Amino acid sequence: MLDKNSIAKRIAQEVRNGWYVNLGIGIPTLVANFIPQGMEVEFQSENGILGMGPFPFEGEEDADLINAGKQTITAMPGAVYFDSAASFAMIRGQHVQLTVLGAMEVAQNGDIANWKIPGKMVKGMGGAMDLVASADNIIVAMMHTNRAGESKLLSNCSLPLTGVGCVKRVVTNMAVLDVKGGAFHLVERAPGVTVEAIKEATAGHLVVPSHVPEMDIA
Amino acid sequence: MAISKTVEGPAAACEGVQSGMTFMLGGFGLCGIPECSIAELVRLEVNDLTCISNNAGVDDFGLGLLLQKRQIRKMISSYVGENDEFERQMLSGELEVDLIPQGSLAERCRAGGAGIPAFYTPAGFGTEVAEGKEVREFDGKPHILESALTADFAFVKAWKGDVAGNLVFKATARNFNPMMAMAGKITVAEVEELVPLGTLDPNEIQTPGIFVQRIYQGNHYDKRIEQRTVQTRESA
Repeated sequence: MLDKNSIAKRIAQEVRNGWYVNLGIGIPTLVANFIPQGMEVEFQSENGILGMGPFPFEGEEDADLINAGKQTITAMPGAVYFDSAASFAMIRGQHVQLTVLGAMEVAQNGDIANWKIPGKMVKGMGGAMDLVASADNIIVAMMHTNRAGESKLLSNCSLPLTGVGCVKRVVTNMAVLDVKGGAFHLVERAPGVTVEAIKEATAGHLVVPSHVPEMDIA
Repeated sequence: MAISKTVEGPAAACEGVQSGMTFMLGGFGLCGIPECSIAELVRLEVNDLTCISNNAGVDDFGLGLLLQKRQIRKMISSYVGENDEFERQMLSGELEVDLIPQGSLAERCRAGGAGIPAFYTPAGFGTEVAEGKEVREFDGKPHILESALTADFAFVKAWKGDVAGNLVFKATARNFNPMMAMAGKITVAEVEELVPLGTLDPNEIQTPGIFVQRIYQGNHYDKRIEQRTVQTRESA
């Protein structure tokens, strides 16, 4: 099974030269660490920066320069700051080529839930609803099962939805899956993880081709 | 001749503030929040407030200070994690909370300031957010109708400003401040540095002074960091 960094590493392989990419909080943030040197990619953070750089060196933190996870960051050469309306114009207007975000549940029709557990946890949707409603290319980064060991890939989401029919691909600690035609399609499996184990951990409809290659994340 | 907007300090800037009013407060997390105006609102003990702000601060800073004193009746926000007192008041029903997608919140403020009563957006279609809202298809894709937001007072924070109310923000501390400045009936801008007229380059002003009614220089900024993340020099 993959750890969080390896999930991020696998997702980084999906990023193409010339893309603007929005990374959500958690595992998605790690994707930036695995972009090949020299690739022309800019990271957008919806609180108002394009050209987000790595964390600052100790002592160089600036309270005025953070990402959407409220973490201190730096700005790359060529970076630009903007207000929240302009930021979501970039997102809604489909100027961002890839959105990577976490999820509590994904359904086989591409629905996603990640903002609320009724009666228990209400943190809010932040920018997630705007992101999933408009992005053409949405990859979900998450664990295949929750802490109780239950599948997070379902036939229907049980939690309040963040967006409908929007997730195109899911990368978990066990597998890469495409979401199309009302089913999860197994694309790759994590090194050492069997198709049987993935079947068992997937509650939604899973389509398994005759050959499922292992991920190449060496 | 430029129209002067300067007031002496937060007390003068908050003149006319009353219980039961609706406020907008700029900032994202604790970044770019109107610290000095919030402190004044706490001091004034106004309550029954509706606050429109992307976040609700943390327990002991930002809007958390108003929550502690139970001055807020309703919050309109997009993300309210990081605040235990907020969660407690919300789950117990003491605090009314309207959660809306961040982009819709930004655009609703912008629309309020720009004289656009409502707009369609795809964000939130098919979710709780769409309940009770008009749905309309454009190019085969469903959108929901979101209405503009305005406020009795908008409290914003900028890096530099001048007597005319022109504002320049720093880095990601800009966030919601420019839209909220537009949407306030009375917009109060606090700045780290109030500079003489003619000092700011008109090419680089981000919020034109026409949107600002009162401006003052804050006398102390805490500028707390919520998540201090760093790299060590060896790892670079």
